[in-house]
Amino acid sequence: MKDTNNFYVTRDQAKHICDKNQYGEASFLEIIKLNIRFLFCKVTRRYVRRNVKLTKIIKKSNVQTIPLSKKEQLKAEILKKMN
Amino acid sequence: MSTNIIDPNSWVDKYSDYLFNYTIVRVDDREIAQDLVQETFFAGLKSMKNFKGEASERTWLISILKRKIIDYYRKINSNKGKAEVRMNYVNNEESEGDWIEERVADPFDKNAENEIENTELGLAIHNCIGKLPEKQAKIFKMKTIEGFDTEAICNEFDITASNLWVIIHRARTSMAECLEKNWF
Repeated sequence: MKDTNNFYVTRDQAKHICDKNQYGEASFLEIIKLNIRFLFCKVTRRYVRRNVKLTKIIKKSNVQTIPLSKKEQLKAEILKKMN
Repeated sequence: MSTNIIDPNSWVDKYSDYLFNYTIVRVDDREIAQDLVQETFFAGLKSMKNFKGEASERTWLISILKRKIIDYYRKINSNKGKAEVRMNYVNNEESEGDWIEERVADPFDKNAENEIENTELGLAIHNCIGKLPEKQAKIFKMKTIEGFDTEAICNEFDITASNLWVIIHRARTSMAECLEKNWF
């Protein structure tokens, strides 16, 4: 049965909103819905805390990557040297 | 007995970011770090026959990279005088006698300690990313570390936004589990 309550989200929907929110892509309404679920759902609370912690430590680590273009160039050079 | 096999075709995807993070904190320059990673791969290709398979590919590549970093410092310090540690101590009578105190490490200065911790954390993160399935790892890195738009990633991998969020969800769950075991 479809839920008619506009502010109700399932646990999976709440997790999805939480994921989007880590990248600043959740809408204001979605954040409100997530917060409502957060108040009464233990699993959601645990998920949100864990997810926020992950975001924080990734930011804190200042982890870096090689640009994709450089990686492609590197792959091509390795291939060339192998042949 | 050798258990690890070598596969240079997968080096860039599997190890380049890990090696890059390992290097960048030691040389503090993105360009130089990229060059050293590249040189490491080339040196690895040359000495592939020496790989006994007792250590993992990554450990073996790290040992090559360490030598490359040492060579880099030897090279930049090769001109006489450059390797000297220079101390510009002020020749001021008023500060005479203070020099020992001024040079004692400040126990409240946590910058160096934090930097080391963040470096280790960065390597732990790359370690955990390395355990994700290849596509998941690529998408997670693009979205989380490189900050690409959802649309750009969807176009690159020819997936829908819903698919992307499912992949991100799986990757984040695995990452949190991995870091809980290895870091938290």
